[in-house]
Amino acid sequence: MSILAQQLVLGLLIGGLYGLAAAGLSLVFGVMKVLDVAHGELIMLGGYAAFWAVAIFGLDPFGSLALVIPLSLLLGVVLYLGLFGFVVRADEETRVKNSLLIGFGLALAFHALAVRLWTADERSIVTPYGGSVILVGDLAIPVVRLLSLLVAFLLIGGLHLLLARWRWGKAIRATAEDWQAALLTGIDVRRAYLLAFALGTGLAGAAGTLVSVGYSISPSIGLEWTLKALIVVVLAGLGSMIGTFVGGLVLGVAEAASAAAFGGPYREVVGLVIFVVVLIARPRGLFGR
Amino acid sequence: MLEIRDLDAAYGDVRVLSGVSLSIGPGEIVALLGPNGAGKTTLLTAVAGLLRPRAGSIRWQGEELTTLRPHLVVERGLALVPEGRRLFGTMTVEENLELGAFAARARRELAAGLERVYALFPDLRGRRRQLVRSLSGGQQQMVAVGRALMARPTLLMLDEPSLGIAPRLVASIFEALAEINRTGVGIFLVEQNVQAALTLAHRAYVLESGRIAAHGPAADLLRDPHVRRAYLGPLAVRAIQR
Repeated sequence: MSILAQQLVLGLLIGGLYGLAAAGLSLVFGVMKVLDVAHGELIMLGGYAAFWAVAIFGLDPFGSLALVIPLSLLLGVVLYLGLFGFVVRADEETRVKNSLLIGFGLALAFHALAVRLWTADERSIVTPYGGSVILVGDLAIPVVRLLSLLVAFLLIGGLHLLLARWRWGKAIRATAEDWQAALLTGIDVRRAYLLAFALGTGLAGAAGTLVSVGYSISPSIGLEWTLKALIVVVLAGLGSMIGTFVGGLVLGVAEAASAAAFGGPYREVVGLVIFVVVLIARPRGLFGR
Repeated sequence: MLEIRDLDAAYGDVRVLSGVSLSIGPGEIVALLGPNGAGKTTLLTAVAGLLRPRAGSIRWQGEELTTLRPHLVVERGLALVPEGRRLFGTMTVEENLELGAFAARARRELAAGLERVYALFPDLRGRRRQLVRSLSGGQQQMVAVGRALMARPTLLMLDEPSLGIAPRLVASIFEALAEINRTGVGIFLVEQNVQAALTLAHRAYVLESGRIAAHGPAADLLRDPHVRRAYLGPLAVRAIQR
């Protein structure tokens, strides 16, 4: 019993990162109607950026977010101006096709770049408090992963407020709902796209930082994270960042439960099963609008 | 103010507008009539900058609009209430109105703009926190007109504002348009309800198969046998023969 409970707690903890990983993808897809399959690679790069910030500047891994998020936002701006800004000029059908090509290309390029810069080895950030756990009855809760969940929640909450209150946040939501109507109200839709893409990349960077602190990174983790994020986006639906976060938690717990019930190898399968079931039963997702 | 000259527009290979010319003076109410598929919506879409014409010019206060991006057309003082309203359904009435004042010039007068819209459509004041998609069609049309007014337009363009709306509310929307016009705002109106449109308008153009087929003062068109037969139905024709 306590082993199952322990597994579920660990599933919940990683689920927060699934939610954070998915939030960026969901924002970009919902607003730009562009599927950025290199999202996992952006997470991977964020992880290495944090790794450098800790190794070179001796920052606290959570403190490194203050460096990694702005850098990721900047990368998002560069990628938008250099690549994705041209994709969104096409009609929506062409957008998805072109964005897949660009995304796969970027994924390969970032993967190769990461192998070159950091070798193919797995790495993770080691902290003085990395091994600490909080004991709740029989349950051992790793402090670092608990903090990661908390940070993920705060970032999602911050994003939610940004989209709800900020002038450009509202413009981003309006663009997601009807970009032509947004143009007619005087919104510079291309700027809304740019902001959404930069925010999405910033979230990926933050997710990568938390992955490298609580778990481990290597140049090849990108696809796995893109897949997790995609499953959560389908599970939660578009339009609600809090819903996306909850979707991530659900996936984390479901994976842990199935690993406990059927054994470790089935952990990955459950996500795909959820993916298919949700697409059939509720194509708009649990919280989709 | 608005000068359209020899405008050609097409969707792919399908030509929709051919050599359309029309003008709208300051503070004028101009109606654009014509059967379905004549190109009325296309013309408004082109003026708003959402469709790049093949040829011809659209000049607004001397400035060429055809090369301007759509959000800047709004900034210059032309606002379009699109067909089907196209509101942001997951947002509240007030959020929709606020987004209407997104351009810098309109944003400075946000509070006054909201007050003006609520004075014009008192129904909306009590519903400002309601989600737009929970409103009736008529109330949604009020929000749509209000959202366009929030941009502080000099010319308000409307595409079928009476479509799918209860007759009682159509009357109140047309009253609101007359009220808006009294404050000096020009109105460019595409409307199926020809009787109501010609009663409100000063002048009108008739668009048929992408060409201007007739134009003149609204009162003249209202008496024109061709217009009556084509757009007001057989009863109206008999009425004028008597």
